[in-house]
Amino acid sequence: MRVLLFAGLAEACGERSLEVEAVVTTVAELRAALESAHPQLPWQGVRIAVDQQYVPDSHALTGNEEVALIPPVSGG
Amino acid sequence: MSDSPLVWFALREGPLQGDALRERVAGPDAGCVVEFRGTVRGTARGVEVERLEYEAYPEMVEAELHKIAAEVAQAHPILRIAIEHSTGVVPVGGCSVHVAIASAHRAAGFAASVQLMDELKERVPIWKKEIDQAGGIWIGRGS
Repeated sequence: MRVLLFAGLAEACGERSLEVEAVVTTVAELRAALESAHPQLPWQGVRIAVDQQYVPDSHALTGNEEVALIPPVSGG
Repeated sequence: MSDSPLVWFALREGPLQGDALRERVAGPDAGCVVEFRGTVRGTARGVEVERLEYEAYPEMVEAELHKIAAEVAQAHPILRIAIEHSTGVVPVGGCSVHVAIASAHRAAGFAASVQLMDELKERVPIWKKEIDQAGGIWIGRGS
């Protein structure tokens, strides 16, 4: 599954997206897999969006969604 | 860009200028247009800022702004909202966000503009990086 990155997360990775190798079926599993594979990233306050909507950790994933990591926002 | 009866929005490269938003929401049913323009401050966290660099997740900005506009319209009797936000570089003094809200009476417009900006800063996936002489720092929520 490919996960989109923005702002400080993209900069810390040096990439605009990450590939997740682990099989994950929920957002909670995705978050755990990402944090375990990339412990050096600034995870504090990061929300996960699926198909351009914020979702809770219990949200189910099929693998066909557009998934994005949303670090703390600062528009305005 | 997007169109709906209630909300119109656009992301634009660089600082925002002009009065097109007011004209977009004004009409014979409106008794007022409340406008908000956010501008780039020259100091932040005690240091001199040279410019801001904005990044957005455009598809989700549109989705989230439509939800916020619907919530604002449910809470306050307003007619139309137009929003522009910058991406890319905005120098000190430049306008980075411009909101225009038309309503029949002013109280609804003032209250709606406060709610809209509060929600935008909390939820809309746009990020700013403050650039100063020492480098740059991505700013977190609510700044």
